[in-house]
Parts: sequence; C-alpha cells; structure tokens
Amino acid sequence: MGIVFEKPKAITDVPMHYCPGCTHGIIHRLVAEAIDELGVEGRAVGVASVGCSVMSYDYFGCDMVQAPHGRAPAVATGLKRAIPENVVFTYQGDGDLAAIGTAETVHAATRGENITVIFVNNAIYGMTGGQMAPTSLPGQVTQTTPYGRDIKTAGYPIRVCEMLATLDGVALAQRVTVDSVRHIAEAKKAIKKAFQNQLEGRGYSIVEVLSTCPTNWGLSPVEALDWLRSNMMPYYPLGVYKDVTKEEV
Amino acid sequence: MPEKVLMKGNEALAEAAIQAGCRFFFGYPITPQTELAAYMSKRMPKVDGTYLQAESEVAAINMVLGASAAGARVMTSSSSPGVSLKSEGISYIAGSDLPAVIINVQRGGPGLGGIQPAQSDYWQATKGGGHGDYHMMVFAPSTVQEMVDLVSDAFDLGDKYRMPAMILADGMLGQMMEPVALPESEGKALPEKEWAANGHQNKREHHIINSLYLQPQKLEEKIRERYERYHVIEEKEQRAECYRTEDADLVLVAYGASSRIARSAVNKAREMGLKVGLIRPITLWPFPTKAIAKAAKTAKAFLAVEMSMGQMVDDVKLAVQCSVPVHFYGRTGGIIPTPGEVLEQIEKILGGDR
Repeated sequence: MGIVFEKPKAITDVPMHYCPGCTHGIIHRLVAEAIDELGVEGRAVGVASVGCSVMSYDYFGCDMVQAPHGRAPAVATGLKRAIPENVVFTYQGDGDLAAIGTAETVHAATRGENITVIFVNNAIYGMTGGQMAPTSLPGQVTQTTPYGRDIKTAGYPIRVCEMLATLDGVALAQRVTVDSVRHIAEAKKAIKKAFQNQLEGRGYSIVEVLSTCPTNWGLSPVEALDWLRSNMMPYYPLGVYKDVTKEEV
Repeated sequence: MPEKVLMKGNEALAEAAIQAGCRFFFGYPITPQTELAAYMSKRMPKVDGTYLQAESEVAAINMVLGASAAGARVMTSSSSPGVSLKSEGISYIAGSDLPAVIINVQRGGPGLGGIQPAQSDYWQATKGGGHGDYHMMVFAPSTVQEMVDLVSDAFDLGDKYRMPAMILADGMLGQMMEPVALPESEGKALPEKEWAANGHQNKREHHIINSLYLQPQKLEEKIRERYERYHVIEEKEQRAECYRTEDADLVLVAYGASSRIARSAVNKAREMGLKVGLIRPITLWPFPTKAIAKAAKTAKAFLAVEMSMGQMVDDVKLAVQCSVPVHFYGRTGGIIPTPGEVLEQIEKILGGDR
C-alpha cells in the first residue's frame, strides 16, 4: 500500500508546543506545503516573530531568523535586500503585526518589499496569556478587557488587509481562514500565491489567516471554531482585497 | 601612499565603510550625522550597494539585523536620540551573535537635547543601552583620518568576534574637515560567514539566528560562552595612545573631540614646565585599563576630561584602583571646553605639587 499522507518536508520533527485545537499547526503545514510544492526550501529564509509562533524557527526546516517584537518586516527587508535570490517570509501574529509592528508593516508594504507575510489573526495575545489585541472585537472579553472591549476607551479593531490594500506597493492582500476543509484549501491556494508572487518579483504579499485561540478564549476547540465563524468572520470578511495579478488581466 | 583628500568626518566614515566592503546601509535622518546618510545615498548605487531610508531608527537597526543574518557587511548611523531607539536592536544583534557597525555622531542629551557635539552617550555605548548582559566594541576616533581607519577595524573585529561594534564620534568630528588618506582596500576578500541564514540549499542543517533561550541553563551557558569571547577582547584589543606620559605627574584621560583639547592643554602645560601627559583611549570597550594602570604606578593624579557630566571617569577610577586621586572636568549640553579651561584645572590640581 502506498503512502497517502505525509508530513511536509519543510516541517521539522521537533514536537510543537501549540495548545490543543490551536490552528497554528494547520497554518504551519500550509506554509510548508507551499514551500515544498514550489521547491524553495533550500533558498527560503523565514522570520519568526515574538508571540506564540516565536518558536516556529524550530518547526520550519528552512533557515530562520528570530526578530524583535514587531520588527519582522524590517528584518525581512534586510534579508531580502542582502540575498534577493532567496525566498524570504515572515510569520507574524496580530499583536506583532498590527500593534507594535504597525509602522514596520505599513512601510515594508508601501515599499513593495518583495516578501511574503503570513499574518495569523486570532484576536488576542496568546503567548502572554490572553490580553486585548489590536484585532480583539468590540465587546470581546480578554484579560485586559475584563468587561469586554469598550470602543469608547479602547478604540476599534484594525482590519489589516483592507488598510494595506490601499497601498500601491502591495501585490496581494487576502484574508482566509482554516475552520473547514474548503477554507483550508482556499488558504493553501492564497499562501502559495503569496510565495509565487515573490518568485515573480511582484512585491509585498500578505495572507491574513483568521485563527483560533481556544486556551485564551476559554472555549473548547470546536466552540472556538464556532466563535470564529459567528464573531470574527462577520467583522473580518474573507476575500481578496488586492491582487495585482487580477488587475493585469 | 594614497593621495590625501579633504573630507568631512561624516563623509569620510561613509566612504571608509564602502572601502571596507560594506554594501548595505540602513538609516534614518538625524542631525548631526546627516552628511553620512546623504553620502551613502549617492555612493551606494554606484557600487551596486543598497542605501535604504527606513521608517524609523528602530526599523533601520532591524534591517541591519536581517542583512547581517544573511551574511552581509552592513552599517547604520545615527545620533544620540536615534541610538536610544536602536538600542533594542543592538541588544538583539548582540544576543544573536551578529556583527554590525553602528555609528553614533553624538549630540547633547538627554531627550531631544541639542544638536551640538557632546560625549554624554559613553555609558550607553559601553555599559549597555539595550537590555541584558552584553557588550559591543566601541571605538573613539579623534581625527577624520582615524575615523577612516577605525571603521575598517570595526567591521573586521565585529566579524572576528561575531558582535556589534560602534564608532562613538561626536558632532565636532562629524562636521569638521581634515585631509585623509583613504585605504585602497576596495575588492578585498571578506571573511566567510558559515553561520549565515542564507538558505541551506538542501546541503546542510537549517541555521537559526536567535536570541531566545527559554531554559535558563541554556541562556546562562550561551552568555558565559559570549563572555569568554569578551574576556579575550579585553585582553587583546585594548587600544590607547599615550602622549608625554613617561614622566607625567598628572595624566589627563580624554577621548575623541575632548582629547584634542586635552592635548593642546598638555602642550601648554609642558611649555610652562608642568609634567603633564595624556592617555587617549581609542577603544572605550574594551577600556584601556592596562595603559592607565601602568601610568598609575608613576603618576600622582589623573584628570578625566569629557564633554559630559562625568561618565568615562568611572572607568578611569576603576583602572586606577584608588592608588592616586582621579579628578574630573567636563562641559556638557553641546559646550566644547577650551584648552584654557583645561589648563586652569591642571594648574589647580598641580598647584601645591609642582
């Protein structure tokens, strides 16, 4: 009997630390599959960001650099400028990308840095134990919004793809999720395209993946997927916000 | 012997970096290092290099981190408030064992301070600035020619010891013009960086450039290994110029711009028959403790002269180990002391002891 299911080559054999039900594992797999299918592991350099995914440097089989909190796009810029023939990607959470690293994100995007950005949005700071994130929803209860996120004092969540889609340097801005087989297949396609864009020199490509955090949301993995569908997806609609390959047609 | 050209300090630093093989520069505008970045923006495209104006000093130093991780020879420059912003990145660069050259053309502080020359970032440069147990090599040129020479050393030694190196200049040196001979080193071979994260090409294990060690034992082990390198540097890389110190009763200690003034004061004092000399630290970390300890065997007193409220003087005291008195004279906030002011201090100290 032939092998019908394998671990992607671009994932190492190191045991992952992610909580049960967390969707980081699926997203790691999709990134690794894209790298495998494009045959670029040997020249890929990933940038791990501060947050739950910081130890992704142990999980991806390609060369990895760990960036200070929020600075992954700047580190990726330095890498890509120094080794333009390589494939450079960042893997960032919402606190990293949309709070402390907003300036680095916006400017890497507007410069059209030819990098691939995987943005995992789970509406909470996971690693530090569940504080309000820039993407926490209005009313969402977190450790630092115990009465729910009050927009009068804490302001509104940031819709990253919509914001970045206004910038000329952006090649692809697409929001996907991994709550179902169909959505996982779409996410995979988007991630692969974000890498493909880099190989074709198109500029900054970001794929935002709506993700769950059962631990800090205080829900079971199944409930967390339901919460994602009924709360996150209406606020953060899935879709393609910018795609220069479509504009070319 | 290469022909001498008249150059501004900031521009000489930039050209020296290019001559040393640096092809990546990431900066952010700030006075008084302005000419350095401007020069880089003009020169880098001519040598197939990269000049990039970042969105902040924070971003610039992290671009440096990325390019260095890829194995490139890379530099950034700024002035005091900007170096505060870079300090986070410098800590990460040190914690990731990456080489990089950082230029600080110092101005007055704290806060926005002023834009005139100062030396009040000595502590920041030599004692950290960023968090954690780490050092970077710190070089203190006192002439435009020395700026040129030390840039090349900063790159080479940074590569050798896998650590960041800083050129601690100031607004006076950055803005002044002097004749310089540029080294004819263009095209020299740079060291191989076998540790770089530049793609494993399916031929080796993956490289991880990292400063995170969640197990305290591992982190301590890593830091101890780094400190073994630091000890070698403290042993082998101290540099200082000793000027008329052999028979000196009073030894001035001054670096960079203030050493030029101290030297004038020493010469005037000697004309007056006073036995005064100067030790000019060229490396601030490692601090030239050996030269100072040696002078402390015969000198009756030391006088640290700085453009600050007294920062390097602490290291002079540590090197002298209470064997003789250590005095201090400084001006700060962008004021440059005159040789006359320093001479007055010399006379005051030697007053009862001629």
